Amino acid sequence: MNRGVGGGLFAFSYTLLFFLFLFGPLIIMVITAFNSSAFPRVVPWECFTTDWFGLLIRNERLMTGLWTSLAIGIAVVAIAVPFGLAGALALADIGPRLRAGLYAVLITPILIPGVVLGISTIVFWSFVGRKLGAGYDTVFYNGLFLTLLGQVAFIASYAMLILSARLQRFDPTLTEAALDLGATPGQAFRKILLPFLKPALGSAAFITFLASFENYNTTVFTILSGNTFTTALASKVRHGTDPSLSALAVIIIAVTLIGAMVQEAHHRRRDLLRGGRPERSRLYANPLTRLLTHPAAILLILVGCTGAIIWQASHHDAQACRADILSEKQRVQERLLQEQQQRMQQRQTQTPAAPTAPSNNPSPFGGAFNPGSLAPK
Amino acid sequence: MTKDVVLDHVSIRFGGYTAVENAHLTIRGGEFFSFLGPSGCGKTTLLRCISGFVQPSAGRVLIGGEDMRNVGPNKRPTALIFQNLALFPLLTVAENIAFPLEVRRVGRKQRRKRADELLEMIALPGTGDKKVHELSGGQKQRVAIARALAAEPDILLLDEPLSALDLKLRQHMRTELRAIQQRVGLTFIYITHDQGEALTMSDQVAVMNAGVIEQIDNPETIYNRPRTPFVASFVGESNAIHGVVLSQTGRLATLDTPLGPLTGQAAGGRTYLPKERCTLFVRPEQLFIADTPPEVNTIKAKRVNEEFEGSIRTLYLQAGGEALRLYHMNAAVSAALASGDGAVTVSFKPEQATILPDDPALSG
Repeated sequence: MNRGVGGGLFAFSYTLLFFLFLFGPLIIMVITAFNSSAFPRVVPWECFTTDWFGLLIRNERLMTGLWTSLAIGIAVVAIAVPFGLAGALALADIGPRLRAGLYAVLITPILIPGVVLGISTIVFWSFVGRKLGAGYDTVFYNGLFLTLLGQVAFIASYAMLILSARLQRFDPTLTEAALDLGATPGQAFRKILLPFLKPALGSAAFITFLASFENYNTTVFTILSGNTFTTALASKVRHGTDPSLSALAVIIIAVTLIGAMVQEAHHRRRDLLRGGRPERSRLYANPLTRLLTHPAAILLILVGCTGAIIWQASHHDAQACRADILSEKQRVQERLLQEQQQRMQQRQTQTPAAPTAPSNNPSPFGGAFNPGSLAPK
Repeated sequence: MTKDVVLDHVSIRFGGYTAVENAHLTIRGGEFFSFLGPSGCGKTTLLRCISGFVQPSAGRVLIGGEDMRNVGPNKRPTALIFQNLALFPLLTVAENIAFPLEVRRVGRKQRRKRADELLEMIALPGTGDKKVHELSGGQKQRVAIARALAAEPDILLLDEPLSALDLKLRQHMRTELRAIQQRVGLTFIYITHDQGEALTMSDQVAVMNAGVIEQIDNPETIYNRPRTPFVASFVGESNAIHGVVLSQTGRLATLDTPLGPLTGQAAGGRTYLPKERCTLFVRPEQLFIADTPPEVNTIKAKRVNEEFEGSIRTLYLQAGGEALRLYHMNAAVSAALASGDGAVTVSFKPEQATILPDDPALSG
């Protein structure tokens, strides 16, 4: 940042705005998760409550959706990563003229809109099913199966892209060297290429899992009558929202934060060890801090803290506060009612002689429906 | 244990491009054999063909009398040391060296023992647990050799393994490689574009140009008796003097050149006809300054420039429109050098010059 042109204040406020834009919604979402108000809002603050978490967990549709999503996600990783690896290897080995063509074919699923993929998956497999004379209870009409295929169709391309990027930095003479030293092609692959690809395989697995977990526009078609977490969530939002969604956001944020911190600890530790001079770091001089900065220790500590907070929160009872709020609301309502009645009485006394309407009738219809007015005077 | 390598009329083509044309030679077991040639002459392709990564388009490769067609690189008794060494970056030094044993399912303890033995042999004891990137260039070089030796090959193939090293290290590794070869008694097939490496280390040298093997001989013959103009000009420095044949008596032929009549040895006992266009090749160190008028090969020259290089002095001369180079040992005293007008008389012994025909179809 250039202080010479007086960018200090501008830069500061811009940065502030930037971070507000990034984190503002998250912060508000987190606050609403603990407000007892039935509509997710920060003001008016009513009571601190953890009930929305309970409500979320008791939502059967969401929870079965969650398990379905996890199962599909794991299956997608198990299929898409090997497919992606095969594609990346083919791209690396093929001649330059065919490579462009193959690349276009392998990358197309990412460019096709998810909706189209979803619909075409159902149409295609039901066509196959019909041709084979399969009934509606077969795999061709199974939402899980179709979702798996529909998602793998494009998620494998993500894996391929990640693995290809890493593979481009692989020196193919290493494989040749392994072969030359007596390794079979399988051994060369397992002992030389796979270890080299390991970091990319890890990120490919992570990305494919996330892509599967958060996918909506393909899944909403292929899952048929079933539900994944995202489709369940979407239908819930359509029927109106309550703070249990905020509670869900809090859980996701917490899991992400813990994961990120452990990952960062792992990276720092690895860099320190790779630097070859861990003894120079003060953290490593002290056995206690050395132990505490180990990623596993950090994971344990964070999980422990979270567990303690959850345990504490699950024993928090907002009942009393809610009752207070309720009675407070009732009191307010009663007071309003009383005030209204008082106002009306005042009006009656101020206008004692209403010529046409009976004096004790506040109805705007002039007491036409008052059974008493039918009586002869 | 030693096995001969036979290239039986091997040609290698990639599409329309011919990388190696009709290579036909025998490399005897236990020999240090070099392929010498400029880059792109097909020598690496030939090496990859011997190790099994490239199939010959025509001809056969025989190792120990066995036809190597359909024998994969991992089944051949060869080990290749790659130009970039191709050490496995994720493995430690010991794991690298023990890799050939690991893929043969040798036990962990035995592997480690053998790796330590080999590290001892290449004078790098105690480095087994280091990562490859912690080693220097020369150390990596030796680790690559140890790894290849761990595979217990009959033939070690080396693809310009010294080209990435600096000059001092290169000269040191030359001696070292030769010593290792004599200690382990394996056949070394060595590829290089550096004639110094080929000449100092080899028992036999094959000079290659544009896919064709031009001459196979021991280093001294290659240097002193080149059989083709390419070999004469590529190996070592040469002064090339063009002319036409005047006469030939026995092995000595005389050319009529712009510098006057010059006599040299006809290459390969060849007989030249008068008027045939030829070139006489004479090495700069074979030219000498004649303080007394010589009997033959008198060249009147003019000193144009000179460079002092320590043990020798390079004189740049001009004679009859041709530029000549002469290496003058500084220990040798010459009265002509001291004279101020720059005119010198130089000469060479007829047996030390080689006369080759200009028409390439007649060479070889």
